[in-house]
Amino acid sequence: MNNKTLNFSILALALAAPLVLYPVFLMKVLCFALFACAFNLLLGFVGLLSFGHAIFLGSGAYITGHLMLNYSITPEVGILAGVGASALIGLIYGKLAVKREGIYFAMVTLALAQLMFFFYLQAPFTGGEDGLQGVPRGFLFGLIDLSDNLTMYYFVLAIFIAGFLLIYRTIHSPFGQVLKAIRENEARAISLGYKVNNYKLQAFVISAALAGLAGSTKALVFQLASLNDVHWFMSGEVVLMTLLGGMGTIWGPVLGAGTIVGLQNFLASGPLANYIHVVMGVVFVVCVLAFRQGLVGELQKLVRKNF
Amino acid sequence: MAEFLGINLFGLFGQLLVGLINGSFYALLALGLAIIFGLLKIINFSQGALYMLGAFAAWMALEYLQLNYWYALFLVPIVVGIFGILLERFLIRPIANEDHLYSLLLTFGIALILQGLFTDWYGSSGLPYAIPEELKGGTRLPFMYLPNYRAWIIVCSLAVCALTWFMIEKTKLGAYLRAGTENPQLMQAFGINVPLIVTLTYGFGVGLAGLAGVLAAPVYSVSPEMGSSILIVVFAIVVIGGMGSIGGAILTGLAMGIVEGLTKYFYPEASNTVIFLVMVLVLLTKPAGLFGKEA
Repeated sequence: MNNKTLNFSILALALAAPLVLYPVFLMKVLCFALFACAFNLLLGFVGLLSFGHAIFLGSGAYITGHLMLNYSITPEVGILAGVGASALIGLIYGKLAVKREGIYFAMVTLALAQLMFFFYLQAPFTGGEDGLQGVPRGFLFGLIDLSDNLTMYYFVLAIFIAGFLLIYRTIHSPFGQVLKAIRENEARAISLGYKVNNYKLQAFVISAALAGLAGSTKALVFQLASLNDVHWFMSGEVVLMTLLGGMGTIWGPVLGAGTIVGLQNFLASGPLANYIHVVMGVVFVVCVLAFRQGLVGELQKLVRKNF
Repeated sequence: MAEFLGINLFGLFGQLLVGLINGSFYALLALGLAIIFGLLKIINFSQGALYMLGAFAAWMALEYLQLNYWYALFLVPIVVGIFGILLERFLIRPIANEDHLYSLLLTFGIALILQGLFTDWYGSSGLPYAIPEELKGGTRLPFMYLPNYRAWIIVCSLAVCALTWFMIEKTKLGAYLRAGTENPQLMQAFGINVPLIVTLTYGFGVGLAGLAGVLAAPVYSVSPEMGSSILIVVFAIVVIGGMGSIGGAILTGLAMGIVEGLTKYFYPEASNTVIFLVMVLVLLTKPAGLFGKEA
């Protein structure tokens, strides 16, 4: 089976999925999958571990939610505004964060995200601990009513595919090749004359904007933007999704997001409901100790060995 | 004399004291992080959770074993240190040769597990821990009332920080440790058991977090979330100070506590964020950190 048939079968599955599975669950998976793909662009392809990515998800959600609640705009405008806000924060934070490397980069992004967290906690427009509730989904282009979950699902699917293709094109462009070169050997990339920090910053902004896209969409799906979206735990969750699925692979984050969201849904209704964080922690530890290639990586190894 | 140039001196000194106490905790935690980073080159994400574990261990010792504060102050750092040694030996060491980002993620996972377990066992609201009998009451100073226990926190953590600094910078054991930081292979070639030093160092760094936890138990309520919120601040402090020097970590921790206290007095809305803003300033002007060595 070549890649094209694989991609088409996945698309067909995605189109038919709401026949079998609950659309809200699928939309949640798609939003987190896009979030994880955006995050993976940095971690998997530039080697930068951002530990504050929730802030871009949450900023998209808050801005879109706020605009949809208070101004009569259409959802696509709301989403664009959310993406723009996240990209802008990404530009500022990226400029600061790329000054440091490795572990420091992770700490800087985490600290900057916490700064923004306190801003959202105290700012009047976010509704503080309650968050923004009852965000209307509105009419797409002023025409299509999104309040129906099935319509909304196909809208979210379209957004996801657009974001996914953008990431795919980025990775496979000359720009993406430079990113991979930076990941593999930064000193070499510098000596070849690449302005490494500019490349890192551009990747950071793209990643932040797409994380914002995921957040804006998520705010419309759940009609809610809350502090959970900007909390450090959310930042940890997206790391876990990417790690579990396989960092640096195209489909890994999608599979990881699906697995984690599925697992959370499963746990929430079972006897382990109070242990969700513990289970996430255990998955983290197991992944790091035994499973560093992630699901997709291990699967590829299996295929290479046996076929 | 309570007013001076329109400043309420009682309020100001009160917040300075709170800042100094927070700074003491920042210093202890940043010191632990810096020591661990020096040898293992990893950022211990579970440092906050182990601080929380220290506070809970003190609470549990009193509740279940009737061991009072003074026993806890001595025993808990050892227990937490041993816990850390087990973590290092069985979880962190197997991946020591992988990218350091993996060990960061591993310790993050451990932190999630610890925090999740304690949230489930004891709820997230926090448990009270009484100030020990010997340190109740306080002293009236010209501008402020100084509770004895708060004075004790400052004295105790400064003493521990100074002692640790002396041990690392001035003793033979410290020299081994610094040499191991510079060149572990060469150390090993000289017949020094580097893995053992690494494990003990990790245990010691984690023990400092445990000690901070015991000290914190009577002033903050003992809660599962106490570790994660302070850890992120300590990360910012580590970025500000750089982890190149032990003394730098201690000084930055104390200084940031005081800055936070002053902000609480002059502009309380920004007290949560001021340390992060300082970090932004440092990144803009001196990206390697105030005491940083690397470029």
